[in-house]
Amino acid sequence: MTALLTITILVLIAIAIWQMTKIFQLTQVARENSQVATYKDNDLQGKLMYVFLIFIYLITIYSFWAWGDVLLPESASEHGVEYDRLMWISFALIFFVQTVTQALLHYFSYKYRGLEDTKALFYADNDRLEFIWTIIPVIVLAGLILYGLYTWTNIMNIEEDDDSLVVELYAQQFNWKARYAGQDNVLGDANVRFLQDYDGKNLVGIDSSDPNGQDDIVVQELHLPVGRQVIFKMRSQDVLHSAYMPHFRAQMNCVPGMITEFAFVPTKTTQEMRMFPEVAAKVQRINKIRHQNSQELIANGEEPLEAYQFDFLLLCNKICGASHYNMQMKIIVESEEDFNKWLAQQATFAEVIQ
Amino acid sequence: MSAIAHDDHHDHGHHHKETFITKYIFSQDHKMISKQYLISGLFMGIIGIAMSLLFRLQLAWPEQSFGIFSSLLGKWAPDGVMDPNVYLALVTIHGTIMVFFVLTAGLSGTFSNLLIPLQIGARDMASGLLNMISFWLFFVSCVIMLASLFVEAGPAAAGWTIYPPLSALPQAQPGSGLGMTLWLVSMAIFIASSLLGSLNYIVTVINLRTKGMSMTRLPLTIWAFFVTAIIGVVSFPVLLSAALMLIMDRSFGTSFFLSDIFIQGEVLHYQGGSPVLFEHLFWFLGHPEVYIVLLPALGITSEVLATNARKPIFGYRAMVASILAIAFLSTIVWGHHMFISGMNPFLGSVFTFTTLLIAIPSAVKAFNYITTLWKGNLQFNPGMLFSIGLVSTFISGGLTGIILGDSTLDINVHDTYFVVAHFHLVMGISALYGLFAGVYHWFPKMFGRMMNKNLGYVHFWVTAVCAYGVFFPMHFVGMAGLPRRYYTNTAFPYFDDLANVNIVITIFALIAGAAQLVFLYNFIHSMFYGKKAEMNPWRSNTLEWTAPVEHFHGNWEGEIPHVHRWAYDYSKPGHDQDFVPQNVPLKKGEEELNH
Repeated sequence: MTALLTITILVLIAIAIWQMTKIFQLTQVARENSQVATYKDNDLQGKLMYVFLIFIYLITIYSFWAWGDVLLPESASEHGVEYDRLMWISFALIFFVQTVTQALLHYFSYKYRGLEDTKALFYADNDRLEFIWTIIPVIVLAGLILYGLYTWTNIMNIEEDDDSLVVELYAQQFNWKARYAGQDNVLGDANVRFLQDYDGKNLVGIDSSDPNGQDDIVVQELHLPVGRQVIFKMRSQDVLHSAYMPHFRAQMNCVPGMITEFAFVPTKTTQEMRMFPEVAAKVQRINKIRHQNSQELIANGEEPLEAYQFDFLLLCNKICGASHYNMQMKIIVESEEDFNKWLAQQATFAEVIQ
Repeated sequence: MSAIAHDDHHDHGHHHKETFITKYIFSQDHKMISKQYLISGLFMGIIGIAMSLLFRLQLAWPEQSFGIFSSLLGKWAPDGVMDPNVYLALVTIHGTIMVFFVLTAGLSGTFSNLLIPLQIGARDMASGLLNMISFWLFFVSCVIMLASLFVEAGPAAAGWTIYPPLSALPQAQPGSGLGMTLWLVSMAIFIASSLLGSLNYIVTVINLRTKGMSMTRLPLTIWAFFVTAIIGVVSFPVLLSAALMLIMDRSFGTSFFLSDIFIQGEVLHYQGGSPVLFEHLFWFLGHPEVYIVLLPALGITSEVLATNARKPIFGYRAMVASILAIAFLSTIVWGHHMFISGMNPFLGSVFTFTTLLIAIPSAVKAFNYITTLWKGNLQFNPGMLFSIGLVSTFISGGLTGIILGDSTLDINVHDTYFVVAHFHLVMGISALYGLFAGVYHWFPKMFGRMMNKNLGYVHFWVTAVCAYGVFFPMHFVGMAGLPRRYYTNTAFPYFDDLANVNIVITIFALIAGAAQLVFLYNFIHSMFYGKKAEMNPWRSNTLEWTAPVEHFHGNWEGEIPHVHRWAYDYSKPGHDQDFVPQNVPLKKGEEELNH
């Protein structure tokens, strides 16, 4: 019944728009009928172009004012600082070019609207002008490319030293697991063919004949020590996934059949991040929204929403199936001590399969 | 010479006897085929846009019950709540339909077919038969794609990029069963259609130009269509090979793209393949595809802008050079879709370099358009408004490409809504504006009647405001870190403050969708009841306006006009009128601009 009603309403809306359009059109017919723009049209449309320029500026300003605070907070990783700097330089440039070119485009549209006494200038070419606006983008882009490539090489060249922590991120529909290398800091060999060994207790398919794997630790919550390089080795058991850690400016796809890598140094613990004014304000805002939503739920006799507190997130960012939108893992960044204490409590692979 | 002209006259000048079927259905006349493409493209467009409105409803009011869902989606929306699999299917088919069926076939198919013969002075395409086959293959692929919507387990749902293994394994999601098979078959046929069409366009432009129509006198529309066809011929076969290999992996047990997979409690036999290979093959088409969509729109804009500015297009040679540069670069930048796919970071550096280079010819084009307006005598016909709108969205969307094309910056915005906002502005909205500009401008040529201009104005302004209203805020959603293709963001309390942005976006999208009804009304109504068009309503220079309003196979009665000048002699000093058609001989002592 609701189905029928909605369809009827939709059809009625469509008919209404159709009829309004028709009425609108019929009122036009009497006056003039050439359907080619007249001076009057040019005048009005040209002015509207000017108004549209103002609209573009206003929506830009409004968006920053209304939604500027949804943007990601300051980076929590070492290379993220460099990333953010490059981002804001690029943005400053983009905003400058956008403001100027949109102004020229729409202002010219307004200024040179065809009125009764206007004539166009026969002006087809100017080599010097064209040279200038070819060479300026060349220079600016050369700068951006060099800066970008320098940063890219720094981020992607992973140098493993004794101090680095090696962690495997293991993706499957629709959850994440993490594997720590244990005492030897070497991950044991693994393959999906071992997944069914030990009655499914071998969660990420470690090869039990590899001695390096015996002390490996598999967990469902990612803990990282602050201030130490973490080298992630990504694997997937079924389809493509992407390990996305926006607060660390880190992302890498997880590809079945191969191991991909990414590395970063976390610089802020979860606790520190929660104290950060920008983050605290965001959490407060979110809790206000959740509180409002809870009122509705309570009124409907349902459970209210839990209060939110900030945690670093690992999200899946490559379409992977129905629950793609809910494939997540909590990341906890803590002091080296707390991290070691936590790690010591986890069972090693050898203990799990006993 | 006179003998040839005489022959011409006899071969084509007379009206063929045509039955209903040869005239309206299995027509070999490029003008009819062009209309067939346009109408099929618009029909697919209605479906594609309607789908986007459905999933925008879900994004703004997640997991709420809508009557419209239960009526349109039936068992896929139990109690009116959209199923996550259906969300993914809608997103996938929306992308596929809009990119391939509307903006490739609907745009390029329509205007290449209409304008190539008419603007270069040819009686028809090089092969009318191939042209007809091309359209009917397209039609079949449309039918198969639409049929996939009615499959038990639902249509393809792996995203329009259909990355395996998700698209290869029916165990991975319901959409990867028969729905994906139909998707692949439909696309294979589509590619065949596109190749036949493109070959025809290339041959026609090279061989059938009328006397005096040298390559340097070609209107920029033809340059754009010509180069687009070349890109298509170079890159579409690679997608065909990828599709065939995927079909083999799915049905015949090969392992091109699959390796070491454990799914649904079972280890699969696949060994040694790589999904990254598929990504390379896909984007080898996928990126040039962006320009296959965009270049015709830019070509249309060049023509409409110059005609309505009553001023030559600024920097003709630079415009041609940028089209060629964009075409060349477009084939060596595909890796910027794969910076974080696990490919070697050094390759990422190379692709960053080539990608940012594309900004240079694009900037030249934008500046040249702006300069074309400078000191013009702008006639704001609806086509002109959409052309200016195109330049505006092309700039807004293109600029964020500088961020996404930079491998470093891509790390954190890759696959977020920032990307969605970027490509919708730069290729989606821009190309749609190009399509609308073309329809308003050449409607008199296609149907012999004028579209209502005031409805055109309403259509443009509502669409223009809503396009920015939808996609500008979307950049913020992306920079907040929200991945695309999420059924809802409510699984993360962290994103709870995005709820009101999503509602704003959806409201703008709904209004924009409604505004397209105004266009549809105008289109259909004008087709039958519009004011009868004159031969050259926009006082344009190009050859199509020298052909009579009534259509017949062969385009011109008598001899084909000869060309004596380039297409942009608008407001040239020393002439009575502010336009000089290409077929008007040079006056004594008049110099031809050598561009």
